[in-house]
Amino acid sequence: MEKRKTYVEDLDRGLYDIRNEDRYSFKVSSGLTPEIVEEISREKNEPQWMREFRLKSLEIYNKLELPTWGPSLDELDMDNIVTYVKPDTSLKGSWEEVPEDIKNTFERLGIPQAERESLAGVGAQYDSEVVYHSIREELVEQGVIYTDMETAIRDYEDIVKEYFMKLVPPNDHKFVALHGAVWSGGSFVYVPAGVKVEIPLQSYFRLNSPGAGQFEHTLIIVEKGAYLHFIEGCSAPKYSVTNLHAGCVELYVKEDAYLRYSTIENWSKNMMNLNTKRAVVDKKGTIEWVSGSFGSKVSMLYPMSILRGEGAKAEFTGVTFASKGQILDTGAKVIHAAPYTSSNINSKSISKGGGEAVYRGAIKVAANAHHCKSTVSCESLMLDDISRSDTLPVLDILNDEVDIGHEAKIGRISEEAIYYLMTRGISEEEAKAMIVRGFVEPIAKELPLEYAVEMNNLINLEMEGSIG
Amino acid sequence: MTEMLLEVKDIHAEVEGKEILKGLNLKIKKGEVHVIMGPNGAGKSTLVNIIMGHPKYEVTKGSIIFEGEDITELKTEERAKKGIFLSFQAPEEVPGITVESFLRASRSAITGKPIKIMAFKRELREKMAQLKIDESYGNRYLNVGFSGGEKKKNEILQMLMLNPKLAILDETDSGLDVDAVKIVSNGVSQFKNEDNAILIITHNSKILEFLDVDYVHVIQDGRVVKVGDATLVNEINEKGFENIGSV
Repeated sequence: MEKRKTYVEDLDRGLYDIRNEDRYSFKVSSGLTPEIVEEISREKNEPQWMREFRLKSLEIYNKLELPTWGPSLDELDMDNIVTYVKPDTSLKGSWEEVPEDIKNTFERLGIPQAERESLAGVGAQYDSEVVYHSIREELVEQGVIYTDMETAIRDYEDIVKEYFMKLVPPNDHKFVALHGAVWSGGSFVYVPAGVKVEIPLQSYFRLNSPGAGQFEHTLIIVEKGAYLHFIEGCSAPKYSVTNLHAGCVELYVKEDAYLRYSTIENWSKNMMNLNTKRAVVDKKGTIEWVSGSFGSKVSMLYPMSILRGEGAKAEFTGVTFASKGQILDTGAKVIHAAPYTSSNINSKSISKGGGEAVYRGAIKVAANAHHCKSTVSCESLMLDDISRSDTLPVLDILNDEVDIGHEAKIGRISEEAIYYLMTRGISEEEAKAMIVRGFVEPIAKELPLEYAVEMNNLINLEMEGSIG
Repeated sequence: MTEMLLEVKDIHAEVEGKEILKGLNLKIKKGEVHVIMGPNGAGKSTLVNIIMGHPKYEVTKGSIIFEGEDITELKTEERAKKGIFLSFQAPEEVPGITVESFLRASRSAITGKPIKIMAFKRELREKMAQLKIDESYGNRYLNVGFSGGEKKKNEILQMLMLNPKLAILDETDSGLDVDAVKIVSNGVSQFKNEDNAILIITHNSKILEFLDVDYVHVIQDGRVVKVGDATLVNEINEKGFENIGSV
């Protein structure tokens, strides 16, 4: 057999890297000014309050400094980032009407198949605007709203106005302020009280235009006693210029409601992924995060759960895979703001070829939040001796009646385990991939089948040429 | 005349720069059961690992011939594909991979053929029953949380499912109670036929009571110092390794 290269510098990412001709009808000039922000708002026909919100966010953005406590963001050059690219198509109701090249990309990403698999609805974002959207009629009958954010502002203005960037305000940090100013696209889901959405809703989006940042906004409201599983998956083609992703996810989980929010992010390896995700959970509500972070050059991603109602629960299950040239700084934050709240964080990271995987997490327990319970478990697997892994947990506990557990394990892949598998006829490369897949199995198990398969494919892709 | 299966010719081998095997010879023909005995540090494990191609062990001189082919430089998985199997003394725990899916991956790697799932499952159930392994172990992660005895049985299960030409059993009987030794020995006996061979590394003779042994090799200081038939086992038990003497 032909011997594999020691290291494949630039992996052939196959269907994940299909690039279409850069065809757009409208593109704002590089750099960020109030004029650009107003132009975005005008183009979208937004109400006055949203235009003002954008301009205020821009002001905040200009005042705030870049965060310095994490990975270096020197590569960012906001003056060079075209923030908004509108695909040359208007929102389509049926798959047949979507332009051919856009359709091909999605088809190769498996979206129609996913729909055939009887998933509830597909919202696919192409560049900055949603081009394809469908939802099952029964959901509509139940009063479930699932649409893109632009439509939501038009058709459900009151709801959007009540919740939009209230949980993640623009003054939170610089990239959230930027998001507030230039956000575009994303999903809006509203599940009325008592409605159980039995099948997962999913959206799939990707970046396509060189130099285009993506600032999609996801807003999900699950009313009292309602139930929802939402899946967000992204995979971007690669480009030579640095790309910025500064999305924002706001999740409102009301009393006795349940929301599971699953994502697999697979960014191209030049992407600066600075995403902000937050959930607020009322009495006896539950938020469950399932998160897979692949790709990107730098990622800073720390989904936060604010448990503000008695007995609220948060669970976070995440996997991060950092290869050569990547710094993935990820983790989870939980604020226990009420008594009898509980959280369970389970994070796994893999680093390889000099990649750096950092777990950065925080647990805060307020003074009045007695009888809280929190368990944090972080496991890191390094595939060689040039990769790095760090665990930076912060605990801030303001009362004594709590039960807090923290466990961190950092280890290198076992040579003996690789040998063991090889004695059973399995190649070194496949043995390593098997061990890595086994390592993340507890997370794969949490994903719907096709996403678990995709995650395994991504691992296999990342593991190619891993023999040093 | 029976066919030669494995020939270890004048092997010198090092681990981390230290020479452990110093000119060891061994010949195994099809249909034979061989036993290797020797004190701690004599080189038993090194021998096993150089036959299997452990990357940490370096052969500095000599060669290993399997079915007439020099395999000294072959990778571990290629040796496995040729039909060499090692039952580990302390098999690794591999979380996230079930016993069944591992065995499927392993068998299709070795045979190079896709697996017929239903037939495979049936066969696995039969072999598990034979070794008195609960069926639920098929869905458990490979060796994770297994007792010492369960790990050994799981190794023998793999041997039965992969059906190698040469099975090397490294201290398979150690840490097993009498009943477990019987079950494992039974499994090994049923595996044994005229086309394959078994190489048993052992400290004690429990497992040998249930098997017909053709040759016993005594290793000391990296060399075979004595070869005999099954009666040599009793001699060693009476006199100890020290007094077995040299060739």
